[in-house]
Amino acid sequence: MASRARALPAALAAVVLAAAACTSESDGGGGYPRAQTLYTSGTQWGPPSTWNPLAKSQYATGTVGYVYEPLFLYDPMEDEYRPWLAEEGEWTGEDTYSLTIRDGIEWSDGEAFTAEDVAYTVELGRIDAVPYSNLWDWLEGVEVVNERELEFTFSEPRRQEWANWLYNEAIVPEHVWSGRSEDEVVNDPNEDPVGTGPYAYETHGQDRMVWAKRDDWWATEQLDLDVRPEYIVDIVNSTNDAALTMLTQGEIDLSNNFLPGIDRTLEASPEITSYYDEPPYMLSANTTWLVPNTEREPMDDPEFRRALAHAVDPQAIADGPYGGIVAPADPTGLLPAWEQYVDQDLVEEEGFSHDPEEARSILEEAGYTENADGMFATPDGDPVALELIVPSGWTDWMEAADIVAESAAEAGIDITVEFPDDAALQDARATGDFDLLFNNERQISNTPWTYYDYMFRLPVQEQQTTVNFGRYENEEAWELTEELARVDVEDTERIAELTSQLQEIHFAETPVIPLWYNGLWSQVNESVWTNWPSDASDTPPWFPTTWRNYNQMGAVLTLTEIEPVSG
Amino acid sequence: MGRYLGRKAVLYALTFFVAVTVNWMIPRFMPGDPVRTMLGRASVSDPQARAAMEDHYARLFGLDVPLWKQYLGFWGSLIQGDLGTSVWLFPTPVTEVLLDAVPYTLVLLLPAILLSWVAGNRFGAFAARNRWLDNTALPVSYLLTATPYMWLGVLLAWGLGVVAGWFPATGAYSFALTPAFTWEFLSDALAHWVLPFLSLFLVAFGGWAIGMRNLIIYELEADYSAYLRALGAPRRLVRRYAFRNAMLPQITGLALQLGTIVAGSLLTEVVFAYPGLGSLILEALNNRDFFLLQGAFLFIVTGVLIANLVVDVLYVVVDPRTRIQMQGGA
Repeated sequence: MASRARALPAALAAVVLAAAACTSESDGGGGYPRAQTLYTSGTQWGPPSTWNPLAKSQYATGTVGYVYEPLFLYDPMEDEYRPWLAEEGEWTGEDTYSLTIRDGIEWSDGEAFTAEDVAYTVELGRIDAVPYSNLWDWLEGVEVVNERELEFTFSEPRRQEWANWLYNEAIVPEHVWSGRSEDEVVNDPNEDPVGTGPYAYETHGQDRMVWAKRDDWWATEQLDLDVRPEYIVDIVNSTNDAALTMLTQGEIDLSNNFLPGIDRTLEASPEITSYYDEPPYMLSANTTWLVPNTEREPMDDPEFRRALAHAVDPQAIADGPYGGIVAPADPTGLLPAWEQYVDQDLVEEEGFSHDPEEARSILEEAGYTENADGMFATPDGDPVALELIVPSGWTDWMEAADIVAESAAEAGIDITVEFPDDAALQDARATGDFDLLFNNERQISNTPWTYYDYMFRLPVQEQQTTVNFGRYENEEAWELTEELARVDVEDTERIAELTSQLQEIHFAETPVIPLWYNGLWSQVNESVWTNWPSDASDTPPWFPTTWRNYNQMGAVLTLTEIEPVSG
Repeated sequence: MGRYLGRKAVLYALTFFVAVTVNWMIPRFMPGDPVRTMLGRASVSDPQARAAMEDHYARLFGLDVPLWKQYLGFWGSLIQGDLGTSVWLFPTPVTEVLLDAVPYTLVLLLPAILLSWVAGNRFGAFAARNRWLDNTALPVSYLLTATPYMWLGVLLAWGLGVVAGWFPATGAYSFALTPAFTWEFLSDALAHWVLPFLSLFLVAFGGWAIGMRNLIIYELEADYSAYLRALGAPRRLVRRYAFRNAMLPQITGLALQLGTIVAGSLLTEVVFAYPGLGSLILEALNNRDFFLLQGAFLFIVTGVLIANLVVDVLYVVVDPRTRIQMQGGA
């Protein structure tokens, strides 16, 4: 017995050593060859569960872009539409649009891609549960003219919104999908997706999604584009620490995770780079706003909201919790990509910046009175005590919320911070059961219309689930926004005019208070793949990201530009 | 014997029934609404479309009928192995999600439980009669058993994984491989398995070793041992008897400890990002996926119950006294 007892630990040690030996051996061959495989992370928050391009916030990383493709790609850097599955499209009349698709494109199962597929995809919008079902509120009909041409007739030609649809939505194959019921169209996981794009489904696991390059991608022949990685392995996010470790060890090439403290790594390790090589390091992807509930006192008072806008200190947030990897927002909140539409004179005259004294004087002028403790009370004499809610666990936002509360206190506005869990917060947000919250749910797009649509959309419903969480009602602003949707995308002058008017309303009424621009988090390890997008002029002009809805803005083209380090 | 087992079976059936019922109740009486979660994800704002979708999802998750019907329906589909649809991984069925994860948990748990029990008992018995070993190994065992699984896991991941670089610290197999019965994949999976296994094994090992050491000392001082020694029996023989007697409480202990080890393994999986039930439960909680949570708990409850039943039966086989008592009683 004694000898056996001693033998056991020894046997265990042997197993352990053997296993250790195996790991070092297996690095060399087999599996996906390292030099031809791109490892990405930052998009997928759970095991891949659907490859349905209509499950817009859930589909496996790359489903749209690598497999399913849109008619156009929009290039936000140049503000250009690049014909993709479409060859060209133009407005042929006030409410008619004609579209020609490219010749010679095939689906991955060998069937030809035709105008019928486009018509079928558009018609899917008639199903309520399809994300773009509101298309049919202003589209009247779609007609297939011939194999390659379609004509769209609009009841209300919302040209900006249409341009947005053209590049945002992926075309699905009619011959595969037409047998599906309405329910299946929306909810089917669509395993083994049939698309037109450069990659095909290889395999997936609980912690990964693997795509394999397809040899007969149409763009290789027609546009001389070639995606470089043979395989793309997208790794499901676990923790920030794990992502950072894998990135520094070269196990991830492209990380689109938000990694607190990445600025130190970027400064310390030459092989890890980001878009800019100095603060804020990242491109801007969306604006974080402070959203006041305009149905509650005293946030229903525009003067109070304006005072609040002067009270907050975005610079302190950018420097504090973010360590300089984000930039404070412009008072308009318009992303740098829309800079040409910012009315600089107006901003100078009426914009706001951190100024507690100004905040106090606005409040005093509006009849608010200071209590003995230096905090303001409403003109009716009720003390102002507001609650700012931020999802628990979102550490950067939690710290930012504390800073907002501090700087508001400096201006005499009492804000306390609460951290409910995300689901509870979403509930409160949808039903309007809150005082103040942070939100950033509008990404960069082809038009500032999406931005103002978020801010001003009417009517305010019982449940506000996507836009206008502050329940702000202003008919004039909404009419201007709708008009903006109808302006032709080429008519930048008119767009500037309308956005200027909208900015004026924004400054006077402050339905949302822009705080900072969230980064398009992207850090790459260049030890296997190089030539990543950056602000240097000799690098590709695309967004270095795998986030959903960015492939339609050209992010997928990054894959055609990166170069393997070895051979 | 039959009667004994029958009584046990009834007891287990009852426990199972209560566990399933509680399991069914928890998600339904907790705050949060799967339908809203789905709608929030769909980002639909048109009120008509919203109402249509709300109906759709309520039907899909079976929430559109009275509670008692939901309860009966739950049992009905449970028998058919249908645990509903996951909200987090919509539209994957919960059963499918669980079956993907269960092998990983089993591959960690079974060896950890059995090996630590066997090795711990042997080691404890061995340590009890060697003063030097008793003085050095015992404090270590105390330290091990008092260590939370998760903390030891973090230490191991950091020490052997990150600093020494001997073993990969996260995942179940490397990202460059696909599961297959090849030497390459199996060795890679084994390397990934070592650290989570060790963190479970070591803690449990310490516990069993201490328990056994104390029991052996107690048994060696019992009257029968003194009598045997007085008869001039060899030390070996005395110790063998002591060991066999000391095993009995350890078997009961195994049944009692199962729950703790399972809970510990859940945390360990989270630490090592090992894709088993533990990681799943954490994500289900974070994403308020109550159907998945419900299914995972059901799996665990069933597993622990079955293991307990096995231990109960084993006890009868191992301890002749229970057998004789039962025969006498019958």
